[in-house]
Amino acid sequence: MSELQDLYQELILDHNKRPRNRRKLDDPDRHAEGFNPLCGDRVSVYLKLDGEVITDVAFEGGGCAISTASASLMTEALKGKTVAEAKALFERFHDLVMGESDGNGDGPALGKLEVFSGVSRYPARVKCASLVWHAVNAALEDKNEVVSTE
Amino acid sequence: MITATGKQPKAETTGGPALDVERIRRDFPILQQRINGKPLIYLDSAATSQKPKCVIDAISGYYTSTNANIHRGVHTLSVRATEGYESARRRVRSFINAARPEEIVFVRGATEGINLIAQAFARPMLKAGDEVLITTMEHHSNIVPWQILCDQTGAVLRVAPINDAGELLVDEYRKLIGPRTKIVSFAHISNALGTINPVRELVALAHDRGAFVVIDGAQAVPHLKVDLRAIGCDFYVFSGHKMFGPTGVGVLYGRFELLDRMGPYQGGGEMIKSVTFEKTIYNDVPHKFEAGTPDIGGAIGLGAAVDYMESVGLDRIAAHEHELLQYGTAALSAIPEVKLIGTAREKAAVLSFTVGGIHPHDVGTVLDHEGIAVRTGHHCAQPVMNRFGVPATVRASLAFYNTRAEIDALADGIRRVVEVMG
Repeated sequence: MSELQDLYQELILDHNKRPRNRRKLDDPDRHAEGFNPLCGDRVSVYLKLDGEVITDVAFEGGGCAISTASASLMTEALKGKTVAEAKALFERFHDLVMGESDGNGDGPALGKLEVFSGVSRYPARVKCASLVWHAVNAALEDKNEVVSTE
Repeated sequence: MITATGKQPKAETTGGPALDVERIRRDFPILQQRINGKPLIYLDSAATSQKPKCVIDAISGYYTSTNANIHRGVHTLSVRATEGYESARRRVRSFINAARPEEIVFVRGATEGINLIAQAFARPMLKAGDEVLITTMEHHSNIVPWQILCDQTGAVLRVAPINDAGELLVDEYRKLIGPRTKIVSFAHISNALGTINPVRELVALAHDRGAFVVIDGAQAVPHLKVDLRAIGCDFYVFSGHKMFGPTGVGVLYGRFELLDRMGPYQGGGEMIKSVTFEKTIYNDVPHKFEAGTPDIGGAIGLGAAVDYMESVGLDRIAAHEHELLQYGTAALSAIPEVKLIGTAREKAAVLSFTVGGIHPHDVGTVLDHEGIAVRTGHHCAQPVMNRFGVPATVRASLAFYNTRAEIDALADGIRRVVEVMG
C-alpha cells in the first residue's frame, strides 16, 4: 500500500475532493482546452493577465483524482507568476512527472507540485497529471486550439 | 471472504460434469504469476484473452520445426506448413458450422474483416442515398469502417437505439430497415455492456427487407457456441486473440456465393492465378482475399485454440461464465457505490460499472495494486458511454478460467478503492 500512497498522497486526495479555483473566469485574457482521448477527460483553463503577470487562473472540467488535483494545484502555483516563470515551471513539472528530474535541478522551485513525483512510476497516468499543464502552456502561447495528449 | 449468494455453484451443463476451473487454470502459464506481490487476477479477457500452453506450443512448434511459406512449394516443409494452415481453416469451419472451408477467410482480426466487407462487398454496390444500419452499442470497429464507406459512396449511416438496460430496441431496429437499407451490421455481444443480441431474429428481420447482414462476433465466439448456418447471416467476423489464440489473426466468414462474386480487397501474391501486365486473373475464394504471406503461425495457433475450446466444451464454458456473471452481479450490486452499466436480461460475463464519483482510472490503478487487471475507459465504444452519460467505466470481463474467489477479490478491491479515494 505504501507505493500506492506515493501516488495518491494526502495533498492530491484533498485537492481532488476540494479542487481550488474550479470555476469559469469571465472575460479571460487567455483560454485553452485540453483533451485526453484515452479517457475522454476534458479540461478548460482560463487566465487573466496584467502585462506579463498572471493575476488569476481557473479551470473547469477535469477527470481522475490525478488530473483534478493537478489542475487545482497548478492554479495555486501560477497565480502571481510571470508568463516566463509559468513556462519555466511547466518545463520543471513535465520533467518531474516524466521522471527526468529529481526536483532539485535548476529553475523555479516546484513547491507543493513535488507531490506529483510518484506519478513517474505510473506511465499510464503521466498524461493525467500533465494534461492541464499542456493546456495552460497552449494558453500562454495564445494558441486557441484544443490540446490533445495523443 | 464475501459471498454474494451463499449458494454453492451447481453443474448446469447437459454435457457432463461442470468445468474443473482449477485444472483449466493450470493450462494458462501466465495466470501463475504475481503482480505487485499479489496473485494475478485477470479480468480483462474482453480486451484480449490469455493463451493456453497448447496454443503457445503450437505456435512455437510451427516456428521450431515447420516454418516455410505455404502453397505452391514442393518441398516437405512447405507442404507441412500448407497442411497446418489449411487444417486450421477446416477446424474453424467446423467450429462455427460454416457450410464450406472456402467460406473462412483468414484476416488480421475482426476489424480487418469489417473493413474488407465494407470495401470489397458494400462499396461497389452502394449508391448515394442508400443506407447502412448499425446500433448504438457497437465497438468503433463496427462504426468507423461504415462511416468511411458512407463518405465514399454518399450512403447514409443509421443507428438503432438501445434501452437503459443496454438492450437493442428491436421494434425501432425493424422500423429503421427501409427499402434503401442495403447493409445491417451489429455486434453479436456488446464489448462494453455484455448484451447478447437476438441475432437470429435480427437477421430474419433484415433479410425480410432485402438487406445483407454483417455480425461482429468478436465477443461471442470465445463464450458461446456459434452456429452460422442456424444464425443465417451473410458475413460474420471475429478475432483469434479474444478466443485464446494469438494476436494478428482473425476470421471473416462470408457466404460462398457472396465471396465468390466479390472483387479483391488487396492485391499481391497469393491472391492471383496468373499475372501479366495486360491482365491478372484472381485466385479462387478464399485465397482471393488473402494477399501476401498470411500469418501462418497465427492461423495454426488459432486452430489449436479451437481444439482447446472444444476439448473444454462450449456448453461447460457458457454455464461456468453464466454462473460467474450472476455471482459477480450480486457481489458488485452489494456495494452501495457501484452502479452497473449494462443490465440486459441476455448477457455475457461482462461487468461494466462506475464507483461513486471516483474516476475509473483511479479505480483501475488501485485495483492494479491488488493484482487485479481490469480495463478502464470508453472501451472503444464512445457512443455507448454517451448513451449512459458517463465518460468511462470500469470493466471486469470474465472468461472460463476465472473463479468466484477472484470475484470476491474484485469486490474487496472496490471497497479498498472507496476507502482510499472516497
